[in-house]
Amino acid sequence: MRAVAAFLCGLIFGVGLLVSQMTNPMKVIGFLDVFGRWDPSLALVMGGALVVASIGFWWVERRGRTMLGDELALPPRRPVDARLLGGSALFGIGWGIGGFCPGPAVVAASALSFDAAIFVVAMLAGMWIATRLASRLATPAGAGQAAAGPGAQ
Amino acid sequence: MTIDWPAFTPGSALTGGLLIGFAAAFLALTLGRVAGISGILGSLLVSARGASADRGWRIAFLVGLVLAPAVATLAAVPLPPVQTLVDWPWLVLAGLLVGLGTRIGSGCTSGHGVCGLARGSLRSLAATLTFMAFGVGTVWLFEHALRVSP
Repeated sequence: MRAVAAFLCGLIFGVGLLVSQMTNPMKVIGFLDVFGRWDPSLALVMGGALVVASIGFWWVERRGRTMLGDELALPPRRPVDARLLGGSALFGIGWGIGGFCPGPAVVAASALSFDAAIFVVAMLAGMWIATRLASRLATPAGAGQAAAGPGAQ
Repeated sequence: MTIDWPAFTPGSALTGGLLIGFAAAFLALTLGRVAGISGILGSLLVSARGASADRGWRIAFLVGLVLAPAVATLAAVPLPPVQTLVDWPWLVLAGLLVGLGTRIGSGCTSGHGVCGLARGSLRSLAATLTFMAFGVGTVWLFEHALRVSP
C-alpha cells in the first residue's frame, strides 16, 4: 500500500515536471535569466505547486498522523546554518550552469536524453562525495546524521 | 529585465505545478514524508543499514518518476524537448555541484522549494532564496558577462 502510494506520487510528480517543461534546461535557464529575456514560467510552476502542497502539509500536520495511520516523519525544524546556505549556493551555481535540478534531470534522463544522463551520473557522484566528506569531517554521531538524518530532504 | 513573452507558457506551467504540488501533498498525507528528490536519491546511495524501512518507498517513488515519460507518452501528453545550452564537460561540473550542494544543503528545488516552503520552514526559505540567487548570478555570468554558451 505504501509502495503503491509512493509509486503514484513519483509518477504524478514526474508527469508534472514534464507537463510544466521543467525537464527542459532551456526553460529553467530562461527563468534564471532575469537580466536578459526572462521566462517567468517556473514561477507559476512553483506557485501552483506551493498552493496545493501547502494545503496538504497543513492538513496532515494538523491531523498529526497519515491517512494510513502512521506517524509523520517530516524533517524537524532547525535553525539556518552555514552548511545549509553553502550547500544551497553550490547547488544554485550547478543549476545555473546546467539548467537541471535533481528531479527534472532524472525524468529527462528517463526520456532518453543523453545530456541528462551524463548530468545524473555526475550528480550521483557529487552526492556520494558529499556523503563521504560528511562522514570524514564530522564526528561519528554527526556523520550518521549527515548521511541519513531526518533533516535530509 | 524584459519578459520573453513567446517563451512564457503559463497554462502548462500552472498545470504541471498543480500536479507536482498534488504529488507532494499526497506523499505527505499517505506516508508522512517530504518529496525531496535529492534526499531520496542521496539516501539510497548510502548503505541500507538501519534505513531499510525507508528504502522501499524511496525506490517505489523513483520507479514512478523514471516511468513518467513512458506513461506520459501512452497518455498522449507531448514530451518537451531537452535542450541543454552547454557542452558535456560543463554538464559534468554542473552535476557534481548539484549533487554536492543538495546533499550539503539538505535539499533541492523539490525538498526546499516546494515541500519546505509549503510547510513554512525558515530553513527552506533561506535555502530557496540562496539557490535562486546563485542560479540567477551564474546565468548572468555565463549568458551575459562571459558569454560561454550561445
